[in-house]
Amino acid sequence: MSALLLASEAAGHAAESLGFPLLPALVLIPLVGALVILCIPAERDDTIRLVAVLTAIAAGATSIVLLTQFATGEPGFQFQSSATWIESLDIKLALGVDGISLFLVVLTGILFPISLLATKPDHNPKGYYFWLTALEVGCLGVFLALDLFAFFVFFELTLVPLYMLIGKWGHGRRVYAATKFFLFTMVGSVLMLVSIVAVAFAAKAGDGGTVTFDLVKIATSGRVPTGWAGALMFFGFVVAFAVKTPVFPFHTWLPDAHTEAPTAGSVDLAGVLLKLGTYGFLRFALYLFPVQAHDFAPVLLTLGVAGIIYGGAVAAMQKNLKRIVAYSSVAHMGFVVVGLFALNPQAIIGAILVMVNHGITTGALFVLLGFLYSRRHTYELSELRGIQKSAPVFAGIFTLVMLASVGLPGLNGFPGEFLVLLGTFIAHRWWAVVAAGGVIIAALYLLWAYQRVFHGTPDDANARFPDLRFSERAVMVPLILLIVGLGVYPKPLIDRMEPSVRALIVHIEEANPGWVAPTSEHGNDLSPVVVPAAASGGHEGEAEPGAGAHTATAEEGR
Amino acid sequence: MLRLTWLIPALPLLGFVLLALFGKRLGNPFAGWVGTFFATGSFVAAVLVFAGLYQAGGERNFEQHLFTWLPAGDFSVDIGFLVDPLSATMILFVTGIAALIHLYSIGYMHHDENFPKFFAYLNLFVFSMLMLVLGNNLLLTFLGWEGVGACSYFLISFWFQKEANASAGKKAFITNRVGDWGFMVAIFVVFLKFGSLNYSVILPAAGGLARTTATFIAVMLFVGACGKSAQIPLYIWLPDAMAGPTPVSALIHAATMVTAGVYLMVRCNAFIAASAEWVSWLIAAVGCLTAFVAAMVGTSQYDIKKVLAYSTVSQLGYMFLAVGSGAYVAAIFHMITHAFFKACLFLGSGSVIHGMGDEQDMRFMGRLQRFLPITSATFIVAWLAIAGVPPFSGFWSKDEILEFAYLKSPILGFLGLVTALITAYYMTRQVTMVFWAPARWGEHAVREEVALAPAAVVAAGEGEEADAEAAAAAEVPAGEVVTLVNGLPVEGHEAVVDPHFHPHESGPEMTIPLIVLAVLAVFGGFLNLPFTHGTEFLASWLEPAVRLGYPGGLEPEGPSPLLKVLFAAMSTLVAAAGIAYARSVFKDGDRAKAARFEPALLQDAWRYDRAVTAFMGGPGRRIFDGLAWFDRTVVDGAVNGTGVLIRSVGRGARRIQSGYVRSYALGVAVGAVVVVVLMAVRVLSF
Repeated sequence: MSALLLASEAAGHAAESLGFPLLPALVLIPLVGALVILCIPAERDDTIRLVAVLTAIAAGATSIVLLTQFATGEPGFQFQSSATWIESLDIKLALGVDGISLFLVVLTGILFPISLLATKPDHNPKGYYFWLTALEVGCLGVFLALDLFAFFVFFELTLVPLYMLIGKWGHGRRVYAATKFFLFTMVGSVLMLVSIVAVAFAAKAGDGGTVTFDLVKIATSGRVPTGWAGALMFFGFVVAFAVKTPVFPFHTWLPDAHTEAPTAGSVDLAGVLLKLGTYGFLRFALYLFPVQAHDFAPVLLTLGVAGIIYGGAVAAMQKNLKRIVAYSSVAHMGFVVVGLFALNPQAIIGAILVMVNHGITTGALFVLLGFLYSRRHTYELSELRGIQKSAPVFAGIFTLVMLASVGLPGLNGFPGEFLVLLGTFIAHRWWAVVAAGGVIIAALYLLWAYQRVFHGTPDDANARFPDLRFSERAVMVPLILLIVGLGVYPKPLIDRMEPSVRALIVHIEEANPGWVAPTSEHGNDLSPVVVPAAASGGHEGEAEPGAGAHTATAEEGR
Repeated sequence: MLRLTWLIPALPLLGFVLLALFGKRLGNPFAGWVGTFFATGSFVAAVLVFAGLYQAGGERNFEQHLFTWLPAGDFSVDIGFLVDPLSATMILFVTGIAALIHLYSIGYMHHDENFPKFFAYLNLFVFSMLMLVLGNNLLLTFLGWEGVGACSYFLISFWFQKEANASAGKKAFITNRVGDWGFMVAIFVVFLKFGSLNYSVILPAAGGLARTTATFIAVMLFVGACGKSAQIPLYIWLPDAMAGPTPVSALIHAATMVTAGVYLMVRCNAFIAASAEWVSWLIAAVGCLTAFVAAMVGTSQYDIKKVLAYSTVSQLGYMFLAVGSGAYVAAIFHMITHAFFKACLFLGSGSVIHGMGDEQDMRFMGRLQRFLPITSATFIVAWLAIAGVPPFSGFWSKDEILEFAYLKSPILGFLGLVTALITAYYMTRQVTMVFWAPARWGEHAVREEVALAPAAVVAAGEGEEADAEAAAAAEVPAGEVVTLVNGLPVEGHEAVVDPHFHPHESGPEMTIPLIVLAVLAVFGGFLNLPFTHGTEFLASWLEPAVRLGYPGGLEPEGPSPLLKVLFAAMSTLVAAAGIAYARSVFKDGDRAKAARFEPALLQDAWRYDRAVTAFMGGPGRRIFDGLAWFDRTVVDGAVNGTGVLIRSVGRGARRIQSGYVRSYALGVAVGAVVVVVLMAVRVLSF
């Protein structure tokens, strides 16, 4: 991604001037794809797969174009487009993208083709590909919608496809898992719908007293209720997103859903769908309810920290690989929630980075688990042993992805987690000190699982474990490049998200008079020191080659 | 020449990428030569950079900025390097020893099927270690810190098919992570206070911190250092880490990575200087205690590498004793000499293991001087160095530490001296058992036929070989006759029991590094001779880097000439005593007599590791199990229970499941209606 960004710096903002409706296209491409799949006879499953893959690749390519055309440094929404839906209530299909949603859109665009390419369904491919493609419509819609009502519709639109995917193409207790997932999310959604209606009517669009569902209009109207009504509305959103994320203690649907879901479902669920919740926190809980977000931050911080420690501890005791990864998602999403409600630039930027990078690493983990399942037809740790001997490439890639998930610096898991902890420390230090303990537990459960699956002497079935085929390696290549690339050079991402995050923080500051987002003290309250003669303090901004050197400047050229 | 700095880590990184991608095709031994080439190239670059810094004169402080790694808000961290006397010294000995050990590994790992992978990991390790040392800010040091931890994990569990190796690797990584937590928290505080993590910003300003803040930072950094450098209470991973191939033990777990904690403390000495006085006491006490405790364990181990492992823990304790006593130069000095002689000892032990056909138990060795002349000569030189015999390198560096420790507190100085005695003792025990005592392999192995009755075994269970005998008894039916060789059942020791077996000297790839390291172990002490200021080269070279660590920027008064002479005499005496005593006990190879000097408590390493393991497997695990149970029954139970409750209990899994669905839907519907009505009333009243 980094390289792509660099290459495209020169391209400018051509598409915007061309007037090509990028965002509607992003939603329409999978929608049309899904409809086309419906029209193809079920017997022609190769054609169906081809259409689904091409659709996902087209959407992915469009998201990359969006990335290259995105204007860095702009805090506001770009590529906005809008179509009236219900005029009397000012409900519109308004779409827009800013630095916060940009990379989630791109993540969706990248993960869907990979999840499609990684595995094939064992029966009824037509339905499978239709629902997967439909799922992408909902996901992209959620990240792009700027209208509360449209957001809700897209949010709900993701439910049915995933319910079908788990229930029809899953393993074991799939109906139980699917139903649990569906009902859990429904409860949250209902509360959110009530809150949406309530907040829209309450705000009545600061401009003329008419009802609107326009996100920006409501947020900037200054008429979002405070007091207990506002708190109720806030929690209506929060519960919906807490279930979706999931935040402890609303998480128990996730391990079941993950365990029983087919590989592609797990990849998209962990990679993209969990971010619908955290994105919702950011876009709605923080942006719409800055006062409540500030007031209730300690509650969510505590739940987030609890999720980090609790998710990790429970993950360590699981006996099923998919459940381990599912609980690790609970822990990672805990980092996101903590970062979001620390309410300062480092933590929020870190939280968005964790969202994106968790999508990549956990997506990659589930793809790898899919490869494993296709060979051994089990996720049970007790059945697996010593696979590294017969499948060194598989083991090597797994190790890399695992270490990224553990948060090893230099890989993509680290920047986000570190910034979350750093920012949180500045704002609420003891929460961060406890949350940092999560890095110990993360190492514990993943390395332990790795040892039980890959180390040791393989028995019969595991000794004949075939290593990755060429096509499987090819699927992993983009993920590996992202894991390393975004770990070494996350700056292009941060550069694009930072203006939007800053704008959001200013918005929260304005809503909470007297409150300023916590930052570092910059040495302000240090007592003056008698510095030994030569050790004068430099400034990091000047640390360019030569210029930052204090003394050797003259000699270094020799 | 300073501009070449980036090449120093870049070369091994390139080597890693090449070996990871094409290692299989390069094959054995070519992959090894590629790895050695890049490590050597890094050494050459380090020499050039060192020379450049030397010529630069003045403050000798050069920074190279590559690109911005992590910017967010007012936080920004670069990938940038800092070359100052401290890091220049570190890169020189890290790359030098790494290059030698790469070369050695070509011979040592010759038969391994994963030969290319080994060198890929080694190169990655060298890269990480150099990032740790060269980074111009705390976070980049942390990157290297974690990187070497990961490489250590890979290499300890390199022979992953043995469960014990896999567990040892995991244990190392997780124990280190406990320390990393402290390091991370320290980073947070530093950033909160300074708005920067760059050494050039934070170190000069550290003196202005509030005392409690500085104390907190220093303690948290020390927690990190305790993990990486295997100090009490986090040292337990290092002895287990010996499961890795011996070159790894020499490079990572003796010479370089484990000294990273010492480097960190010396680098950040400005924080120690600014913190409350008890912090330096804490560091000195932990170091001194670790040195003593680990040295005691070293007296009773049988595994040739385990002795060296505990010895490493002990010597690292000396370095922390130095840091705590404010003797930063002595800490670095001992780090360097230790790297020379301990790497030599480890590689020598590897050569012995190799020559003995993978035998690691010293009770099956003896008389090896005749068969492994080069190995034994170099091993003996390194032994004299670690035992503190003048004029070998260890003598000088250890003495300097002891003098400063004495100035800090006579008790510390005395304990340090006692530890020196024990060090001389256990190293002499090792050298004697391996090279000089009567041979105990091949036709010389001492065989006894023992009729094992279970009761007898239980009774013997109190003794030193309780574990081994109990293990043997488990497989042997009551009353069966078992052959014990040197007091151990023969299984697993076929190689040495073979009467036609003869140990053999290793090839030149292995002996050349040994010779080079032995020479360095002899002359390493000349880096910093305590006669005049003119001969204290290292002290004057490192002066700019350690100056900030002295309160008020003033170097404390060092030991007086009289004290120096006194300590030199005492430590020589102590070394001689330890050597003579151990020789008298172990030279005739009488195991019955020797066993009296190897108490079970020390063989079991004070039972500390066992206690920690028991805690983790017992109460610790039960806490985790309890949480998992809580999740299954309480959290998830509440969810499922809601459904069950509403519809009253149904029997049988199917009915519960379907009942759950409908009842839950009902619950949702009812709840939604209630909320909608409530909210509608509220909203409409606006």
